[in-house]
Amino acid sequence: MNLATTENASSRNAAAAGASPILRVQDLVVTYYTDLGRARALDGVSFTLEAGMKMGMVGESGSGKSTLALAMMRMIKPPGRIEGGHVWVGGTDLQSLDDEGMRKARLSKIAYIPQGAMNSLNPVTRIGEQMVDAIKSHLSGESRQAINDRCVWALKSVDLDPGVFHMYAHELSGGMKQRVCIAIGILLRPEVIIADEPTSALDVVTQRQVMETIDKVQDELNSAVILIGHDMGLMAQTMDRVAVMYAGRLVEVATVREMFTDPKHPYSQALISSLPTLDNRGQFKGIPGLAPSLLRLPSGCAFHPRCPLASDRSRSEKPKVNVLPGGRLVACHIYDQES
Amino acid sequence: MNFKLIAKRLSFLVLVIWAASTIVFFVPRLSPRNALRERFAELARSGGFAPGDIEKLITNMNQQFGLDKPLLEQYWTYLGNIIRMDFGYSLNRYPATVTDIISQALPWTFFLLLFTTILSFIIGNLLGAISAWPKSPRWLRGIATPFVLLTGVPPVIMGVLLLFFIGFRLKLLPLGGPYSIGIVPNWSWDFAVDVLRHQMLPALALVLGSVGGWVLSMRGMGVTIQGEDYVNFAEHKGLTGGRIFRDYYLRNTLLPQVTGLALALGTLVTSALVVEQLFGLPGLGQVLNNAIRSNDFPVIYGIVLFITIAIAVLMAVLEFIYPLLDPRVRNQ
Repeated sequence: MNLATTENASSRNAAAAGASPILRVQDLVVTYYTDLGRARALDGVSFTLEAGMKMGMVGESGSGKSTLALAMMRMIKPPGRIEGGHVWVGGTDLQSLDDEGMRKARLSKIAYIPQGAMNSLNPVTRIGEQMVDAIKSHLSGESRQAINDRCVWALKSVDLDPGVFHMYAHELSGGMKQRVCIAIGILLRPEVIIADEPTSALDVVTQRQVMETIDKVQDELNSAVILIGHDMGLMAQTMDRVAVMYAGRLVEVATVREMFTDPKHPYSQALISSLPTLDNRGQFKGIPGLAPSLLRLPSGCAFHPRCPLASDRSRSEKPKVNVLPGGRLVACHIYDQES
Repeated sequence: MNFKLIAKRLSFLVLVIWAASTIVFFVPRLSPRNALRERFAELARSGGFAPGDIEKLITNMNQQFGLDKPLLEQYWTYLGNIIRMDFGYSLNRYPATVTDIISQALPWTFFLLLFTTILSFIIGNLLGAISAWPKSPRWLRGIATPFVLLTGVPPVIMGVLLLFFIGFRLKLLPLGGPYSIGIVPNWSWDFAVDVLRHQMLPALALVLGSVGGWVLSMRGMGVTIQGEDYVNFAEHKGLTGGRIFRDYYLRNTLLPQVTGLALALGTLVTSALVVEQLFGLPGLGQVLNNAIRSNDFPVIYGIVLFITIAIAVLMAVLEFIYPLLDPRVRNQ
């Protein structure tokens, strides 16, 4: 963990705290109707994010991180369905838009940088064509010169040579492809950028470059960024805020500093204490038990079978989201009195 | 595309043609049958020959066709002739050369094949692509199914069925032949329409027989491609459905189909030869059939060799087109 950047992040966090949120997600519910039954992949997720803020989204595989991203883009495919909730970007409720309106909102209001950047570019057309078609399908009146300028600006913003415009995906390295995806993501200066594990297929050096690139374009656009990933170290170094997901619910949202020094939710506590530190080499603390199947979620709090602090209430009643002093969100019965 | 690749591909093409012509040369010479002797024996049955005459004639003809020379010398002469596209004389229609006979019959086969291949490739691949695309309307996806069911029916059987129902029962289209009896071929509009009407049923038999194959392979490919990350990302970019379908989905699914086209050419030619025969068109199929019946060996070998060379050349052409479609193979 890099304390200097963490401090830096929390000071920025404080500065942005006064701003009104650019992104508001409220009670988002997504269900997958599988042959084995209904899987509630998102169970009433709510949070807000201000412009210029970076939020990391962590959680085990299957906890609903990617589903959240897809639901915000309204890209949940059958057998999945968005069954409720709202996503406000700026003043627009994305859930209320018609299909054509949502198509236009993608990339221009809310952009998604994909998980598998290795395969996210069309192998048979030039990078330039894939940037130009994105612009043209949103800004039909844009002149050729303006489109070209926009592409050059986007490529330069992600530290790529404008010559990449004329290249094919197979002529680029993994890091370059990921940066091309970021360049495409920022083409229309979106207010919200969702990056789904943008660094998971890259080596650490390239990871750092890509994160710096995301940082840089965010400073330029002042958008809100949501980064989905597993890498807690990366989150600690680059994010302002961390959200922890468990079994389709947001269990805790806190600033990076608070999350790493004083996690409140028992799951976050277990997650943070499972991180290896320099002091206790070779000793790892896991979280006992397994992540629950979404088809058969435990009653009450989904974490209670693995929770050392579980009470009878945890077993019977779903905890509501408590707002603690400082704006932290925790979904646990322990804090019911405090809020 | 670099020069080395072209040179490599062309030398491979030459090798294929050489191998084909060598096989065509040696295989019939392993056979105990003697085309000349059989032919003259047939003539002799009609009478009017002295006993020694036949032997003299055969010796004469052997000399004329160079068959009395050592095998290796014959082979070298033969290879030289192949390079000049000279397949020798027809035994049956002497002094017509094999090249003459092929070039007279070729247009019928060529245009029938060209038209049906392109048509079934386009229809089949479009239907296959549509039926694998999750956002296509349900009724449009259903169209592909009957074509898939027809895949199992060989073009010849299909031709017979078409002849019976459309030609014989409904009398919508003529039953066979290149054009109506009594019309003298000329460059008029009426003649062109007449020829086209006669081509309809054979073309339909070939198209119906091959569309289903394209639908099946395209659908299999389409199911894979529609789940690719770049198709998903295209949707995240907010592109319209039509553009994603065309530029991201169709362009990528078509790549293996072009390879498939090269592989299908051989089968297509074979079924065209048979279907032509069924409909009495004076194409290569009929010439080949007549030649086989009358033991006209030079014509048989000429046609076999010609088809082999044609397919080899077409496959080479497709291989040169492929890098234009897929930039990833350009630098290899």
